[in-house]
Amino acid sequence: MAIRVFLVLVLFLSSAIVSFSLYEDQAGLADWHQRYIGKVKHAVFHTQKTGRKRVIVSTEENVVASLDLRHGEIFWRHVLGTKDAIDGVGIALGKYVITLSSEGSTLRAWNLPDGQMVWETALHSAHHSKSLLSVPINLKVDKDYPITVFGGGYLHAVSALDGEVLWEKDFTAEGFEVQRVLQPLGSTVIYVLGFVNLSEAVVYQIDSKIGEVVAQKSMVFPGGFSGEISSVSSDKVVVLDSKKSILVTIGFIDGDISFQKTPVSDLVENSGNAEILSPLLSNMLAVKVNKRTIFVKVGGEGKLEVVDSLSDETAMSDSLPVADDQEAFASVHHEGSKIHLMVKLVNELDNVLLRETIQMDQHRGRVHKVFMNNYVRTDRSNGFRALIVMEDHSLLLLQQGAIVWSREEGLASVTDVTTAELPVEKDGVSVAKVEHTLFEWLKGHVLKLKGSLLLASPEDVVAIQELRVKSSGKNKLTRDHNGFRKLILALTRAGKLFALHTGDGRIVWSMLLKSQACERPNGISLYQWQVPHHHAMDKNPSVLVVGRCGSDSSAPGVLSFVDVYTGKEITSSDIGHSVVQVLPLPFTDSTEQRLHLIADTVGHVHLYPKTSEALSIFQREFQNIYWYTVGADDGIIRGHVMKSSCSGETADEYCFTTRELWTVVFPSESEKIISTLTRKPNEVVHTQAKVNTDQDLLYKYVSRNLLFVATVSPKGAGEIGSVTPEESSLVVYLIDTITGRILHRLSHQGCQGPVHAVFSENWVVYHYFNLRAHKYEVTVVEIYDQSRAENKNVWKLILGKHNLTAPITSYSRPEVFTKSQSYFFAQSVKTIAVTSTAKGITSKQLLIGTIGDQILALDKRFVDPRRTLNPSQAEKEEGIIPLTDSLPIIPQSYVTHSHRVEGLKGIVTAPSKLESTTHVFAYGVDLFYTRLAPSKTYDSLTDDFSYALLLITIVALVAAIYITWALSEKKELSEKWR
Amino acid sequence: MDKGKAVMGTGRRWAVEFSDQSTVPSSRDILDPPGFSRASQEQDDSANSRQKKDAEANWKLQKAWEVAQSPFKTLMMMGFMMWMAGNTVHLFSIGITFSALWQPISALQSVGKIFEPFKDNKVELLMPKLVFLALNLGGLALGVWKLNTLGLLPTHASDWVSSLPPPQEVEHSGGGFVFH
Repeated sequence: MAIRVFLVLVLFLSSAIVSFSLYEDQAGLADWHQRYIGKVKHAVFHTQKTGRKRVIVSTEENVVASLDLRHGEIFWRHVLGTKDAIDGVGIALGKYVITLSSEGSTLRAWNLPDGQMVWETALHSAHHSKSLLSVPINLKVDKDYPITVFGGGYLHAVSALDGEVLWEKDFTAEGFEVQRVLQPLGSTVIYVLGFVNLSEAVVYQIDSKIGEVVAQKSMVFPGGFSGEISSVSSDKVVVLDSKKSILVTIGFIDGDISFQKTPVSDLVENSGNAEILSPLLSNMLAVKVNKRTIFVKVGGEGKLEVVDSLSDETAMSDSLPVADDQEAFASVHHEGSKIHLMVKLVNELDNVLLRETIQMDQHRGRVHKVFMNNYVRTDRSNGFRALIVMEDHSLLLLQQGAIVWSREEGLASVTDVTTAELPVEKDGVSVAKVEHTLFEWLKGHVLKLKGSLLLASPEDVVAIQELRVKSSGKNKLTRDHNGFRKLILALTRAGKLFALHTGDGRIVWSMLLKSQACERPNGISLYQWQVPHHHAMDKNPSVLVVGRCGSDSSAPGVLSFVDVYTGKEITSSDIGHSVVQVLPLPFTDSTEQRLHLIADTVGHVHLYPKTSEALSIFQREFQNIYWYTVGADDGIIRGHVMKSSCSGETADEYCFTTRELWTVVFPSESEKIISTLTRKPNEVVHTQAKVNTDQDLLYKYVSRNLLFVATVSPKGAGEIGSVTPEESSLVVYLIDTITGRILHRLSHQGCQGPVHAVFSENWVVYHYFNLRAHKYEVTVVEIYDQSRAENKNVWKLILGKHNLTAPITSYSRPEVFTKSQSYFFAQSVKTIAVTSTAKGITSKQLLIGTIGDQILALDKRFVDPRRTLNPSQAEKEEGIIPLTDSLPIIPQSYVTHSHRVEGLKGIVTAPSKLESTTHVFAYGVDLFYTRLAPSKTYDSLTDDFSYALLLITIVALVAAIYITWALSEKKELSEKWR
Repeated sequence: MDKGKAVMGTGRRWAVEFSDQSTVPSSRDILDPPGFSRASQEQDDSANSRQKKDAEANWKLQKAWEVAQSPFKTLMMMGFMMWMAGNTVHLFSIGITFSALWQPISALQSVGKIFEPFKDNKVELLMPKLVFLALNLGGLALGVWKLNTLGLLPTHASDWVSSLPPPQEVEHSGGGFVFH
């Protein structure tokens, strides 16, 4: 009965709230938002004028941004689409930022101070080719030099003022690949250098005013080119031949081509293959040979000469004109935990203009890129600042021997996220320290009281807001009673693991993945390795980071075990086999280390941790462990079962062979797998029963071994609208991954992907495009167990004579039935997630990442197959919403409120200790965190609850009782004397 | 008088008999005044008291019946209140239902005390008591029925299954797309 009352209360409470929303003054209390840009590809400084010094950067996350050079803050930022990769960036006319993107087919100009787009020009593009942007360095502001853009086989000249295409020239001839577009300073001739079939060099001279070809010369090079090219001056380039052993200098002064061959072995003895490095240095090039970087000076006649040699791990900037026709460049190399920044003159490498040594955090890795900028000091000498990009994608500004600012841009490319607990508060650290003195405590509460009685002045409101943030103690590094303080562990593409505090999003620790076998492993995924709960309480929790040496799937894997409290790597191991899948098993050993199986490309699985105890646990469950693979290319889902130990092939007793058990083959001519999904393995389900209004009972089919698969017809796998409704259909399946049995199949005619789905408990919600209705649709499928439906006798249930809690097997072939319903949805979706709570009692909300990079919270009640057009009174009381053709988008239910999580990629939810509350973390280019209570915080008082008011009321009541008691005593006495 | 005798039984020194012995002729010392006939008055007296006692017993019985039937009125009243309260769970309906449950229970607990004033050798109280009990049980049943209509009684299978967690699974499976 208590449960019913509780459930009724929960229902009552949840039905009272139609949508989640928060007040204006609550924004930023529990949530935080961090803005990033990603790994910087290009940087252009803008420091000429007095005023704000800034640097314009474009990044691998397709962001163009203007950063403050003093503090590293973002002045403005634009995140272009995922297919709109930036090829080049420049500043034109001293006031426009020019970006070339989408393989040279889109040219945009942004206003430099505020980032408003000034113009956009779509350029003619014929085929895929190199895209080159050259913005003339403009000394006179009023004169409009055209921007020359090469992309998609065409050379364009575009006016910087309004983006008008002045002329375009076709270079789409068969086999002709343009390599460089060069324009000597002040000249009206543009040289276009290209190769025909990598064997013939062709140079076109083009009049930059009208776009006509003035002259064309070509010359065949017998050895053929490799394609690596470096332009050393406006009339010379250096190319590697096809064997990568000869450097060829191509000169084209006045259109006459000349080759000058220099074997690399002449420059360096015992040379292997050479590689031309990217920095542009005037009359010099950097070549990587024998793991060393050599600087080769290019003489007037194309004669090459080695002038310096540096260790391999050196990063260099492009050269930059400093005073009096001199050019300088910066180089950075490592030495232990320090980095050395040197600025040298190109012509005189012995003349070091600047030599600085800076202490560098080991967990930033090597320097990847250097961008240099000079400024004139007050004593008229040259000062230099360098913007460096590290291996972990972080961006730092070095100036005067110190790191002026740094940005953790690795967090713009998060690949996997998990959460971890903070350490328990130690004895001796009293809460009183946080609450300071009693007087202040009282003062704070009086302020709050004023606030709640609407008596507070604007200053008081500010003070209250500050107090709220401070007094909540939300930034402490210890566990709290409600489980609101946690660590978010984020693994980035660069292989760095970050621990972020949920209170304010600061980085508690970070760690770069290391390996003995390879220089820098890629991070793949993240697993909870050890979470001491009942046993091994003296141990710190740890996570498993799975990485790989190289991008190929057969590359050997790397495992790293990281202590969550300290951020130190406990151990790391090169496992010697490839990693294609990691299967966390639902078993833990006596120290609460979770057993994991790692599958390799050969079809073997490897057990971790490699202990005999884990082995015995695994042996016990040997027959019951299965794994499946989804072949997206061949359209086959294969189920495997453990066969035996692979002791016959290797001596490794923790290695097991597998055997194929079943296959589900989708016909390749009509169906192509586009999406698969399973339930989250750590999801908690409170009950197996679903109660309908008339006390009718349905048993949910809650199984972890269910796979949701969505397929579309191969024609419809492309862009939305690229096919007619008749040509495309979408089919979804629910497949049991133990037996390969298809439990449910649902076909949507005239529908198309992409499919975004979420799977929780016994339901799947998925989002797709309906071509006939020209609208997005959302469908919910709930799956119920028919074979348990007979368990309806109350007496049997009271006496416990039922098999509802007995372990079940997929081989019993449970009878299932499904209920489904579809709705229109007005928005395009990037990702969908669902809230998760500690016990799974609280009602759920779907978290929909919209195309606008916001997160919309939608009650699960809106996607309930039991919705009807006219629900009965009892159904209404239960909270069933009348059926509408489309799902509502309530503006107040955006959990991101005013923020946008640019480039949204994923949403992760994790339960807190309070049943009502869940953590939500969204990542993309930006990071966003908030706490949600889908049914409001029914199990705790709100933050703004006025304890002072309660206290005052109690005191007043006690006083009143005492006074009236005294009065009545007195009166009684006088009555008796009368 | 009976009580007095019981006290007298042990160590009595002296006693004053206040009771009027005049009605017992044998102990009479003084003769009746002339013209006074004791017999008729005695007869009249005894008839009178008997009559009185009968009337009292009747009255008691009547009252007992009245008391026994009193829950009927509250029953009707409760029924009306319940009908007014409706079938949804809220403060009013819960309050009504719990008072409807509490009243019969407290009445049943004090059934002896309620019929105490009507206790008499001559009054047959069993029937009123039974009626009283039956009516109160009826009231209780009404309360329970109301409780049930409010859905607060665990009489459905759902009430017993809701707390059951989903069953464990024998097999475990994992996998998916291969890492790229």
